Amino acid sequence: MKPRQKRLAIIVGGLATLGIAATLILNAFQSNLVFFFTPTQVANGEAPKERAFRIGGLVKEGSLQRSDIVARFIVTDTAKEIPVSYQGILPDLFSEGKGVVAQGVLSADGKFTATEVLAKHDENYMPPEAQAAVNKAHEATRTLKQ
Amino acid sequence: MIPEIGSFALVLALLVALVQGSLPLIGAQRGIPAWIALARPASSMLFLLIAVAFGCLTASFINNDFSVVYVAQHSNSRLPLEYRISGVWGGHEGSLLLWVLMLSLWSLAVAAFSRSLPDDMVARVQGVLGLVAAGFILFILLTSSPFERLLPGAEDGRDLNPLLQDPGLIFHPPMLYMGYVGFSVAFAFAIAALLSGRLDAAWARWSRPWTTAAWIFLTLGIGLGSIWAYYELGWGGWWFWDPVENASFLPWLVGTALIHSLAVTEKRGSFKNWTVLLAIGAFSLSLLGTFLVRSGVLSSVHAFASDPKRGIFILVFLAVVVGSSLTLFAWRAPKVSLGGAFALMSRETLLLINNVLLLSAAGAVLLGTLYPLVIDALNLGKLSVGPPYFNAVFTPLMVPLLFLMAVGPVARWKHTSLAEIARPLRWAFGIAVAAGVSIPFFYGGWSGSVALGMGLAIWIVGASVLQILARTRSGLPPRAFWGMHLAHMGVAVTVVGIVMVTQYESERDVRMAPGDTVKTGGYQIRFLGVEGISGPNYNAARGNLELLKDGQLVMPLHPEKRKYLSSAMPMTEAFIDPGLTRDIYVSLGDPLEGGDGAWSVRVYYKPFVSWIWGGAVLMALGGLLAASDRRYRLKSTAARAGKLAAQGAAS
Repeated sequence: MKPRQKRLAIIVGGLATLGIAATLILNAFQSNLVFFFTPTQVANGEAPKERAFRIGGLVKEGSLQRSDIVARFIVTDTAKEIPVSYQGILPDLFSEGKGVVAQGVLSADGKFTATEVLAKHDENYMPPEAQAAVNKAHEATRTLKQ
Repeated sequence: MIPEIGSFALVLALLVALVQGSLPLIGAQRGIPAWIALARPASSMLFLLIAVAFGCLTASFINNDFSVVYVAQHSNSRLPLEYRISGVWGGHEGSLLLWVLMLSLWSLAVAAFSRSLPDDMVARVQGVLGLVAAGFILFILLTSSPFERLLPGAEDGRDLNPLLQDPGLIFHPPMLYMGYVGFSVAFAFAIAALLSGRLDAAWARWSRPWTTAAWIFLTLGIGLGSIWAYYELGWGGWWFWDPVENASFLPWLVGTALIHSLAVTEKRGSFKNWTVLLAIGAFSLSLLGTFLVRSGVLSSVHAFASDPKRGIFILVFLAVVVGSSLTLFAWRAPKVSLGGAFALMSRETLLLINNVLLLSAAGAVLLGTLYPLVIDALNLGKLSVGPPYFNAVFTPLMVPLLFLMAVGPVARWKHTSLAEIARPLRWAFGIAVAAGVSIPFFYGGWSGSVALGMGLAIWIVGASVLQILARTRSGLPPRAFWGMHLAHMGVAVTVVGIVMVTQYESERDVRMAPGDTVKTGGYQIRFLGVEGISGPNYNAARGNLELLKDGQLVMPLHPEKRKYLSSAMPMTEAFIDPGLTRDIYVSLGDPLEGGDGAWSVRVYYKPFVSWIWGGAVLMALGGLLAASDRRYRLKSTAARAGKLAAQGAAS
């Protein structure tokens, strides 16, 4: 091969690799974004029906039931409440009255089945998503009162 | 008094760092020998002052001085001594001090082991390191001093986060930081070479052992973090694609690319510009990692505090470092010669593909890590990118990388032919295909991913063994040769671990009442009950379980659920029976309603999981062999002999 052809081959090969990699990456990226919704948004029907998403807020006091391996509790942003069920062991920092973020799917009857309950690693720590959900709900009620 | 001494030492260290970061650099540009000579003593002084500051903070921790805010927040009088010492880097301020201590240690090491380098080169390298150190010390003094007082002092401290009270924490952060900060040396060498205009093979040879040394620490640091997550977080996972993990993985990917690109620059004089860019990139990603972890933009175990001032400072610092080094690069790069030409089929091309694949992987990880942050910062909503994305992107990029890893070392520089590559490797290929296809059947059912992964691992090991056999026939090869093959086989070992545990692990959360038995991976686990015990600074519920094989007791299992006295936070302590081919992993969940003493129990069977970290250790050992190769020291012996001869002639 002449040097010019060689250079051309390298450039074409490089661009092709980059193109394939970029397509692959963006494709996987699009289909794996997980969006976050507050309980109010879920109650208003803004959340997707089939796709997995995240929900965050506070675990309602006295709502946790743990008879079998399935745990049931209510996530609230102080305005709306969403019942959640999770099969498995809850993380150490899960407790009533504290913030929580869960990932899963919403069934037709408005119940959320979590596949993952996210563990945050400090008792004084509030997941930013959960904090945002509560703040949003507070703002909404304040506007209503005025 | 002690904290004030520490604070004062830090201020002095800032002044020394500013001197180290200015005079030697100017001296090297203008040719002023006295200013050039300042570089080495300045770096010793800098290390001494920061060591004093670090020692003062450690002393405050050991003495339980709760009038220091940082100590009050991260320690407690009941905390055992070893955790009071490791607590020094258990929070934001202290870990930054550790960062700077590591930086000054690297700077000192460069001063000590670079006797053979031209003095102006040393001066430039030390100058750049001094500037980086000045930036970080300024950051500590302005936004995050660990020596601030609390008046009046606290009765007792708030205690170290129980998750961090673990032997893993003693070693994980220092290792990781040594790696992060170590890339500053490669960066400093690159900038020094750009400044002096001597971007040549000698420069590549000087910076190779330093880059490899940093990479060794980073490899071990990431491995330790993964082990820690595995046994301490109570989830049994070894990698979560958590933003903080990604922050340490990004410099590793680019650093690995840099090591390979440096090889081309040293041996063939090619890829110079590319190598410089990689050195700048690896260090910038280390800084980005520090920013992500320390600014509080991420919600994770590592985000101890969120203070926007800190985030902005690091971001500005990052912008200055990246901006100025890229400007310098743009100014100098066109003058750099291109180096040796090479054919399409050559080791150069294979290493170029290695670089493209590693950087594509780094780019994909960077996208998945930063995208949610950017979207959130622009107020476009909250979202996250999950592990499926990373797995979907990472695997296809790694398959060709692993395949070519066996081919690269066989290929000759400049020009090689397919026959030259295929002939020595045909046996390895045959064995790899046969073993890859058959192993899944032996191990519990066909799986394409296991066949591919095991095939690739055997292909890499087979190719390395064949080359070692061929090479040792003609005398003992140098350490670098052993190092490369050991590191490559380490990757293969890690791949075996990942593939096997991903495919054949069993994870079950079950309800167990006393007397209940569950089966997992050929074993039975019997639950006997839970009893209360108390430790030095915690109370715990301790599970009594038995691991049985064919009805025979193998060993008792005692997972714990701890409640630390100083906090309401419970802690799951998993019990692991580790093994070469499998780990048995049990942890306690919660007591369940029903009145029969039942608990939720997590029972995991993890085949070959320890290979993941065993591979990392092999990679690090390989790096150690490569970095200690004779040819990096040859010149220094020659130089010393020259100096001695000169002295002899003078006297």
